[in-house]
Amino acid sequence: MENRQQWGSRYGFIMAAVGSAVGLGNIWRFPAVAYENGGGAFFLPYLFALLTAGIPILIMEFTMGHKYRGSAPLSLFRVNKKAEWLGWWQVLIAFVICTYYAVIVAWAIKYTIFSFGTQWGADPGKFLFGKVLKLSEKPGEIGSLVPGVVLPLLFVWAVTLFVLYKGVSKGIEKLNKIFLPTLVVMFMVIVVRAVTLDGAVEGLNAFFKPNWDMILNGKVWVAAYGQIFFSLSIGFAIMLTYSSYLPKKSDISNNAFITAFANSGFELLAGIGVFAALGFMAKQQGVPVDEVVSSGIGLAFVVFPSIINEFPGMNGLFGVLFFLSLVFAGMTSLISIVETFVAGVQEKFNVSRTKAVLTGGLGATVISLLFATNGGLYLLDVVDYFINNFGVVLAGLMEVLLIAWFFKELNGLQSHANGVSDIQIGSWWKVCISFVTPVVLGYMMFDNIRQNLKQNYENYPTSLILFAGLFVVGATIVIAILLSIKGWKSSANTAGKKEVA
Amino acid sequence: MSGSAITMMVIGMVIIWGGLAASILNVVRVSRKS
Repeated sequence: MENRQQWGSRYGFIMAAVGSAVGLGNIWRFPAVAYENGGGAFFLPYLFALLTAGIPILIMEFTMGHKYRGSAPLSLFRVNKKAEWLGWWQVLIAFVICTYYAVIVAWAIKYTIFSFGTQWGADPGKFLFGKVLKLSEKPGEIGSLVPGVVLPLLFVWAVTLFVLYKGVSKGIEKLNKIFLPTLVVMFMVIVVRAVTLDGAVEGLNAFFKPNWDMILNGKVWVAAYGQIFFSLSIGFAIMLTYSSYLPKKSDISNNAFITAFANSGFELLAGIGVFAALGFMAKQQGVPVDEVVSSGIGLAFVVFPSIINEFPGMNGLFGVLFFLSLVFAGMTSLISIVETFVAGVQEKFNVSRTKAVLTGGLGATVISLLFATNGGLYLLDVVDYFINNFGVVLAGLMEVLLIAWFFKELNGLQSHANGVSDIQIGSWWKVCISFVTPVVLGYMMFDNIRQNLKQNYENYPTSLILFAGLFVVGATIVIAILLSIKGWKSSANTAGKKEVA
Repeated sequence: MSGSAITMMVIGMVIIWGGLAASILNVVRVSRKS
């Protein structure tokens, strides 16, 4: 097996970790979640969730990767042989996520080009669903490949696989050192322009005005924990894999604080930019801000093009800046997601990095073509919902339960983290991992199941829910168990190497 | 903007961006010490 790669510097690791955490969800999910859950008052549960779940889990995953120095399956195998399946499950969840995430980045690339001359015209909704995606009439119809999406998608995969082929320091680190600062600068320009637009103050007022009545609503607290959990790239092998490339004498706790606060800092910036722009749009249309609030794909590819249409000047430039921000945020996250299974395959089957990149990457590329079909958007919506709400949440819950309760690893991890870190973690960390996080994630799972038993997600046909939702999540679990039964071809699991750092 | 919105905006900025600045400054402080 090749020598294990390492980050070139602490700065490089932090850039890569923050680059992974800062993704599309920061820009299009956080602003709407905060607005719908109490506006300014949402900051209280959000910060509480950050300190009691986000940072503690991040410290736990960083420590596991650093201590056991392996991909998620190998690190969990080294914790206990019986835990390897969970590592594979997390890796397979990452595999599923990357197959549709790459498609969204491909759309953003297309829209960066469409920004020249605002080619989406006066009706961006019709343009997206009709001309760009050529969306099928009914959910569940796959149809044929859409060449306009396939081409940028292949480009996204080519760049991703090339960066991963170049390796941790020369590929991932180098790219993040360029992309992340550029992303922040581009987004700052958008925010400065947005807050100086007519109506921006009304938008910001809607975003920050606290609704304290909602603070006692349990759903608001679950939404806060959900936002922190999904936003920080925790629970599906990424941070564990990235920290496994840290040199032996590397800080853990302070790096976790920097990563978490940088991620939240960007979310706050995104909230300000998005709501200032929405306030401007509301003013132009003469409607209240709450009538124009949206999130997700609709916000990025329908509402934002409409806002850019209304800009007083340099429309094309701001279109390019916005969609290029999505491309940069998406690419740094996509690369981190793909790295999880490249590392897993490389270690399990004792193959070169090039072979692991080619086999894993090409497999993901082929499957991602499913989302570049006429029915791809419906498929993407269902897979995304189920893999996040049932896959990531359940895998995260299993992770904290196994580590804290079954294998009783917390004392060992705590002393390892404190042995190398600037900031010492105390018993608060163990309380958060052992009690707070399992209770919140457990409730989230219970609530997800309850809601889905009541009615199909977005009223999609049951066949689509069964295939793209339950079958996909079920398949990841079955394949994970099968992979964990198969023996390791590398000598990476030898007892002498168990705790490398 | 209402007073309560401005207050929450400032609190959010101070805690989140302040937390980021404090954790970066801690790295600088520790590296200078060592």
